[in-house]
Amino acid sequence: MPEVAVRVDNVSKAYLIGLQEVSHETLGGAIFSWIKSPSRNYNILKRLNTFKHNEDSTDLFWALKNISFELKHGDTLGIIGKNGAGKSTILKILSRITNPTKGHAEVFGRVASLLEVGTGFNSELTGRENVYLNGTILGMKKREIDKKFDAIIDFSGIEKFIDTQVKKYSSGMRIRLAFAVAANIETDVMIIDEVLSIGDAEFQKKSLAKMTQKAKEGTAVILVTHNMLPIQNLCRQTIFLEKGEIVEFGNSSDVISHYLGQLNQDKTRQIWDFDHAPGSKFIKLIKAEVNSGGSVQVIRAGDSFSFDFVFYNLTNEEFEVNIMYHLIDEYDNLIFVGSSTMTNYKYKISKGYFRARCSIPADLLNEGKFVVSKLFVLKGLDEVLYEHSNLLTFELTSSAAYDHGHNGRIDGLLKPKLGWEVHSEKEEEALA
Amino acid sequence: MNAESRILITSEKRKKLFDLKEFLYYKDLLYFFVLRDITVLYKQTILGIMWAVVNPLFQMVVFSLIFGKLASISSDGIPYPIFSYSAILPFNYFAQSLGGASASLIGSANLLTKVYFPRILIPFTPVLSKLVDFTIAFVILIVMMFFYEIVPTWNTLFLPLLIILMMLTSLGIGMWLSSLAIQYRDVKFAINFISTLLMYGAPVVFPASLVLEKFGYTLYLLYGIYPMVGVIEGFRASLLGFKPMPWDLIGIGIISSIIIFLTGINYFRRTERIFADVA
Repeated sequence: MPEVAVRVDNVSKAYLIGLQEVSHETLGGAIFSWIKSPSRNYNILKRLNTFKHNEDSTDLFWALKNISFELKHGDTLGIIGKNGAGKSTILKILSRITNPTKGHAEVFGRVASLLEVGTGFNSELTGRENVYLNGTILGMKKREIDKKFDAIIDFSGIEKFIDTQVKKYSSGMRIRLAFAVAANIETDVMIIDEVLSIGDAEFQKKSLAKMTQKAKEGTAVILVTHNMLPIQNLCRQTIFLEKGEIVEFGNSSDVISHYLGQLNQDKTRQIWDFDHAPGSKFIKLIKAEVNSGGSVQVIRAGDSFSFDFVFYNLTNEEFEVNIMYHLIDEYDNLIFVGSSTMTNYKYKISKGYFRARCSIPADLLNEGKFVVSKLFVLKGLDEVLYEHSNLLTFELTSSAAYDHGHNGRIDGLLKPKLGWEVHSEKEEEALA
Repeated sequence: MNAESRILITSEKRKKLFDLKEFLYYKDLLYFFVLRDITVLYKQTILGIMWAVVNPLFQMVVFSLIFGKLASISSDGIPYPIFSYSAILPFNYFAQSLGGASASLIGSANLLTKVYFPRILIPFTPVLSKLVDFTIAFVILIVMMFFYEIVPTWNTLFLPLLIILMMLTSLGIGMWLSSLAIQYRDVKFAINFISTLLMYGAPVVFPASLVLEKFGYTLYLLYGIYPMVGVIEGFRASLLGFKPMPWDLIGIGIISSIIIFLTGINYFRRTERIFADVA
């Protein structure tokens, strides 16, 4: 088998976007245009064929521009970028759903593309019938499905309902069955779009493990997602796409942190130079950041992290300082007020820089978006020296490794890991 | 397609008119497409598969009353009910295949935009799945032949040829309609009157001999360009045996059907690379 699994060479793809409709001011004009409309419509429809256009045509939208990359067998590649960056278009070209307008791509070996889970599922058919239909749609032969059938059913965990019509399935069951088919394809190249982020956390974990295993066995995996964690866990390399062009191609954790850095600019981290730093006549705020310790800016709900604030004391006197902040969630619920006074320790500072770090223990906050909405610098217990609003914004993702944060989220503002003890007891102990 | 195969994805047109190797690789998929169509078709109906019989029977009754009794159209000496039924049988198959094919690509839009497989399987599917209705309706014809005490002739041996011609025609026109329909949705609206037109254009309620009688032999041969003319007249001749096989009509029909098929597959293959973009 050749070493290279996928080679993309200068691929561009154009789509035709709608032209502005002409409006009419007179009835005569409108009628004339109505009569003429079939020929106009014909011309528009005919032009849906994007292969005959010249490049500069104004009604062409270039979804991809000169994309080139290579992927070896057994290697894993993630593609990230905002909506409309062209991620899915690359996958569609590689899975031969649509042709590039320019350039070419080569794929060595069998390709299975999971741009959707359960493509071609028919709700009138039973689970068993759908396994065969979906399996053959994905490029398997009946023989192969016969052989894999038990593994598929086992993976899906819905053995009991396999001869039930799929329309009676819950959406979760459908997804499980569909993914089970996909996960059992023997293929050289696997193309996956967002599908790892479905189902409950446990199933996602299982699916990701399956993909990792496939990559180890020599399958080249290409994964597109908005969710950084599967990419971080599965993909060795990542492409960062923007407006149809490759911005960065390299080691996943580097690319992800650049991408997130760009996405969350001035949110998880704010730094000012001294002259422009906000503050009062007493205090200047130099830096504020959410610090998770790692290089990648993904914080899971189960991780510990800290807020770091760096200030400059402009006053000449030494005084007792206290720092206080409000943490709210995206729905404006006040989660807590963090206050250094609660440590009962007197923090003395003199003129110059000082740093305040507040550590948030692991297993406290639930997943979601949070805002440090207020920050107060106090002299003593009640004299406010400086106040800053909406300082930091950050997101805690699910502690289950591959969750969007929507599925499997436990309700509640907090998600604490509490001390538990459950055991059987003898009667005399229990009643004592 | 083994592990060593290389797939080249370019903006170029496909070179092969028909990729037999790939078609054979995906034959299981075709099988499951057909199976799906058959399984799903009469789900959640009371009469179920009986619809395959009810429809042509009622058509036959209506035709016999209006065209046989009221209008007294000639039927080449064949009892009118079996005369019309033997035409309804292949024509319904033809019309249903066309209806299925013209809707097939649009109906599979979610497949076209999500996964690769030879698109040609889609217009193939109705051509095969509608054979089930055809076969069931055929049983009624046999019952009617008993009833009218019609003994099949040796020409019945040509029936498979006529069925193949009927399928080839349906497939050819089906490929044209399906690939036109996905780009020009007008087809969806036109298909109703097109099939009515095709029915009255075919010798369903009247015999082709009427054309010969009124318009002469040249026009009669031209009439044969519509392949269903040869198919229907062939069905009557081979099964009912009231007249010799109309080889002139069938021969012209075969040629024209092959032309329709080849141009159809060519148009389909030429346009299939934009299907996902326009679906």
